[in-house]
Amino acid sequence: MKLVKNKAGRFVPEEVNGEKQIPFQGVGKYKSSGKIASPPVRSCIDFPSDGNKIVKNLKDALKKSGLKDGMTISTHHHLRNGDILTNFLFDTIHSMGIKNIRWFPSASFPCHNHLIKYLMDGTIHHIEGSMNGPLGKFTSEGKMKGMGILRSHGGRYQAIQDGEVHIDIAVISAPASDPFGNANGVQGKSACGGLGFALADSEYANKVIVVTDNLVPFPCVPWQIQGNNVDYVVRVDSLGNPAKIVSGTTEITKSPDRLLIAEYVAKFMDEAGIVKDGFSYQAGAGGINLAVIHFLKKIMIVKGIKARFIRGGSTKYLVEMLQEGLIDYILDGQTFDLDGVYSMRDNPNHVMTTPFTSYNYHSKGNFASIVDAAILGATEVDLKFNANVVSHSDGYLLHGIGGWQNCLFAKCSILTIPSFRDRIPVIVDEVTTLCGPGELIDVVVTETGIAINPKRKDLLHSLKNSLLPIRSLEEIQKEVYEICGGAPEKPKLNKKKVVAVVKWVDGTVLDSIYQVTR
Amino acid sequence: MQGNRKASPGKQEDKIRSDCFIEIELTKSGGIHLILQSKVGSMYGKSINDLFVKMCGSFGIKNAHISVNDYGALPFTIAARFEAAYKKLVKNNTYEFLLKMNKNNLYSSSKDKMRRSRLYLPGNEPKFFINAGLHKPDGIILDLEDSVALSEKDSARYLVRNALRSVDFYGAERMVRINQLPSGLEDLQYIVPHNVHVILIPKCESAENVISVDEEIKIIKAEKNIDNDIFLMPIIESALGVIKSFEIASASQNVCALAIGLEDYTADIGVERTNEGKESLFARCQVINSAKAAGVQAIDTVFSDIEDMDGLRASVIEAKILGFEGKGCIHPRQIEIINKLFAPSENEIAKAKKIILAFEEAKKKGLGVVSLGSKMIDAPVVKRAQRILDYKP
Repeated sequence: MKLVKNKAGRFVPEEVNGEKQIPFQGVGKYKSSGKIASPPVRSCIDFPSDGNKIVKNLKDALKKSGLKDGMTISTHHHLRNGDILTNFLFDTIHSMGIKNIRWFPSASFPCHNHLIKYLMDGTIHHIEGSMNGPLGKFTSEGKMKGMGILRSHGGRYQAIQDGEVHIDIAVISAPASDPFGNANGVQGKSACGGLGFALADSEYANKVIVVTDNLVPFPCVPWQIQGNNVDYVVRVDSLGNPAKIVSGTTEITKSPDRLLIAEYVAKFMDEAGIVKDGFSYQAGAGGINLAVIHFLKKIMIVKGIKARFIRGGSTKYLVEMLQEGLIDYILDGQTFDLDGVYSMRDNPNHVMTTPFTSYNYHSKGNFASIVDAAILGATEVDLKFNANVVSHSDGYLLHGIGGWQNCLFAKCSILTIPSFRDRIPVIVDEVTTLCGPGELIDVVVTETGIAINPKRKDLLHSLKNSLLPIRSLEEIQKEVYEICGGAPEKPKLNKKKVVAVVKWVDGTVLDSIYQVTR
Repeated sequence: MQGNRKASPGKQEDKIRSDCFIEIELTKSGGIHLILQSKVGSMYGKSINDLFVKMCGSFGIKNAHISVNDYGALPFTIAARFEAAYKKLVKNNTYEFLLKMNKNNLYSSSKDKMRRSRLYLPGNEPKFFINAGLHKPDGIILDLEDSVALSEKDSARYLVRNALRSVDFYGAERMVRINQLPSGLEDLQYIVPHNVHVILIPKCESAENVISVDEEIKIIKAEKNIDNDIFLMPIIESALGVIKSFEIASASQNVCALAIGLEDYTADIGVERTNEGKESLFARCQVINSAKAAGVQAIDTVFSDIEDMDGLRASVIEAKILGFEGKGCIHPRQIEIINKLFAPSENEIAKAKKIILAFEEAKKKGLGVVSLGSKMIDAPVVKRAQRILDYKP
């Protein structure tokens, strides 16, 4: 396999699964030309005029959709770790004797372990999407037939829109749908919030199957997915396990170190002048992130100010702030708990967003760069502020990118990370996998200090007289190495075997993930 | 060699972090055979291996099967667990495997240092040690007593000893609570040589208790040729202790503070501990009075509901009104509230400034008697005012 060095200095394959690739050219350097993908013209002639698109079962829908070997099937992660449908989908595909599917999920969860046997027996050729937990381990050990491709949520939309990934059949799990295929995620026993991740699939896929466990008479409103894009509707007893659908990490962390990090972030944002009337920020649902919301809220109340919008990851903590009048709008990319689901359903200021509105880099701008501050996690950061969010220091692929790359375009991107986990230093000499170029990462907040990217002279100036522990990454790293007993050994990787690649938001290849050897 | 040939102290269960489980079997031949299962094997496998080679060499172990389940333990923990395992097998080996003293830990303390917050850490839980100082308590207590299970007492000694050397306390006063006497006396040899600042003596009931600890410390200091100050904080936790509190507080020059422990005290007098604390008012006042009479600090008990921050606030305010100067913490989130509330208020600072100003002026004028308004100011008042002004958050 031929690897070329890209502009980030990382070696990437020129070809992935037989398709030619463009190596990363630098942030804001690559501009795609050409046309966006265009599905064929459809006609009402081909669809029942009474609007009833219900078919017998999923197998029937797949048959009618013309399922064949080697096709691309997309699914979505709205149901998170409670998803039963995707597993059932592949059981069905397997039972039909179909092979070599390109699985194109918007994300995967530990519940998808079930699919490992289909990766082994050739039902699934490879995954383009996140490879979390056991799927990541499987991929890292070089066991997947094809090469995995990791994209951000925005990058996934971009890839579909630009025709990089043509979806043959999209299977959309819908907590509520009518027979026409209008669907949403805010009603029914499997309610999960918005169905924004499935938007591109519904628009661009060749065939679209909506699967629901809550069929309602026409019209199903709000129609987050429009039936006009849907071919077939399938009823099932259950899409998933409701308790796990809205699990997420929706409790504020109790760890004193993580609380300290969160407190530093809130204080930092305040001292940097970000927390002012009409500001905006991106909140996630991780334990640290929720704690940041808690501390920010206190500052906002004391200062008597309001945020114009918070882009989330919505949880009860954001919903409370919306209800208390501390924020005008929640722009919700993913809903993590039932409070969030109900708020989206009932409150017009709790707005569903899609990767198109929030993150797509190949559009006429997007929300991500309008946000004043984004608070994100990472598995590793190097001394040049380059960060990794998909693999661990032992080389194993363990997480997806999510909206992480897209959020780096916020006016101030803040990584919140413990300086070490058990004995694993987080600030490394070189990231195992490059997911975010350092030039886009402004601040790294750890429990032992806050490092500001030297490029951000404005922030350094604002925080000049701060009592916060502003330090360099080198200094923090040195301290952590002393605690951990020196620098860690490099992961043992087979540099000849790329098991997956990380795409940048513009579709170019940012880095390779290699097979882990023992 | 004596006893069993196989030993395996430490815990082994799910969710262990920053700790390890070591089993040693001494064999007759075949050299050292190490089986390492580690969460961080790919990053620190070589370093861990080197540490074992070094430790075996130091203890003179030639042949052994050593199996290690490591959950990301730092070197000081691995070394402590190994030494505990080995010494269970070989009781007469007095060699101590000591890691290098962290150069950030060489600072000293003073008798009248501010002791607003002291954070208790269970002595056998290394994961709590590492970043404790970042939360800025005035003191960190590595506890060998109530928070350590009976079966883990030996293990905890090695761990606390190693932590005193390796873990950065980030400037907090370095404290250890030893076990109830007499076994607490045996703890001292693991602690005294490693720059401990304050020894907490639990369930203290007599001047003799204090003196025996003080004497033992003296012996160890002489043996090890150490001359740093080690202060004592007796904890009054019984009806008898309360009655004897003055003689306890004045038993040694090294006593820096008297603390009260209310869980045991309320049990001792046979009542429930309540949030209002009427049942312990006498004891608290008596301890404060004895401490002040002996010229040492009075420190309040811990507030044990870590979720109830309002309760904590009220409790600190009351403690300060009564005359306590500090309070115990069992969670880092309690520290900030305690430090803030025990810190001098703006009023106190303004008043202190006036006192010092009046004192300086009187001195300039050569006046023997200082007065502020209609009130006379004597030396202790000036001293207290100066301490308030010296306060640095």
